[in-house]
Amino acid sequence: MIEFHKVNKKYGFNHVLKDISFTIRPGKIIGLVGPNGSGKSTILKLISGLTYPSSGEVSVLGEPANRRIASKVIYLTEADSFYPSFTVKDMLNFYESQFADFEQVKAMELLQFMNLNDSVKIRSLSKGNRGRLKLVLALARRAPILLLDEPFSGLDPMVRDTLVQGLLSFIDFEKQTVLMATHEIEEVETVLDELIMIEDGRFLGQYHVETIREEKGLSIKEWMKETYKG
Amino acid sequence: MAEEFHSSQPIYLQIMERVCQQIVRKELAPGAKLPSVREMALTFGVNPNTIQRTYQELERMEVALAKRGQGTFVTEDTAKLMNLKRDMQKQIIQSYVNNLRELGFSNEEMKQGLSQFLKEDHDD
Repeated sequence: MIEFHKVNKKYGFNHVLKDISFTIRPGKIIGLVGPNGSGKSTILKLISGLTYPSSGEVSVLGEPANRRIASKVIYLTEADSFYPSFTVKDMLNFYESQFADFEQVKAMELLQFMNLNDSVKIRSLSKGNRGRLKLVLALARRAPILLLDEPFSGLDPMVRDTLVQGLLSFIDFEKQTVLMATHEIEEVETVLDELIMIEDGRFLGQYHVETIREEKGLSIKEWMKETYKG
Repeated sequence: MAEEFHSSQPIYLQIMERVCQQIVRKELAPGAKLPSVREMALTFGVNPNTIQRTYQELERMEVALAKRGQGTFVTEDTAKLMNLKRDMQKQIIQSYVNNLRELGFSNEEMKQGLSQFLKEDHDD
């Protein structure tokens, strides 16, 4: 469970989140959508305890979010944070040394699923394979909250498909909640339970995707176009 | 993705329709076990909660039933299966009739058109 209660976040004079409140229930896949610069990444950073609200409360699994939450939150950032001279296997070992919930067995299964060779050096991986490796590292942990920041950006459709299949195969839906910031909504439409929409640091709403299709007869992408225009 | 959907319609309904078609075509026999929620989710590339909803809906229609700890099964009740078959037929006829009515065809013309078509359609 993730809860935002009247959260404001300012960086100097820059008011990036404005009075945001929402609740995410466990066992769901939620899309966090909004134009560039709307505050998506800031929301993810608040949940992972990497930054603190200027006012209001962020609670994760009933506790206020701070750096200790890192053992319960997996945060896949948009940037790569790999050592280029490491091999894939070195990277897995490094993760195992850092996170108590990292499972080597699951990591190896994931590598196989994603068709990655563990003896290859990170610097010689293609962009698509670095994207795959990021997801391998994230999904090999058991932590109950998984945050993904633009997991598909810059990746070709084939890679996106394997990532989506990877998510569906390896997430433990009984125990894990996924929050995914994305603007490539058509890639993930079919796997989402809910959408949280923000714009210019403001909360626009939280919706069941199937309800939107049922009541509006629109795809999520079409509906978002209408909503953001209005 | 393994399957494509109309993104403007609820996915649980689209999957439900496909399962019903398989049942009517007897690809899923009476009493057959449906794939697990997770298997279905992977086949269709959708959220498991969506499949859960599909299965709940199939149960509500009494086309399938969940057995505790065993999974979900196609009903063995032939009357229920006949109903399903008839309902699906009716739906298709309904849309045929609606479309032709919109073009101004009379009932008589529709019947003639259909039997003419069936006569000429040697594939069947």
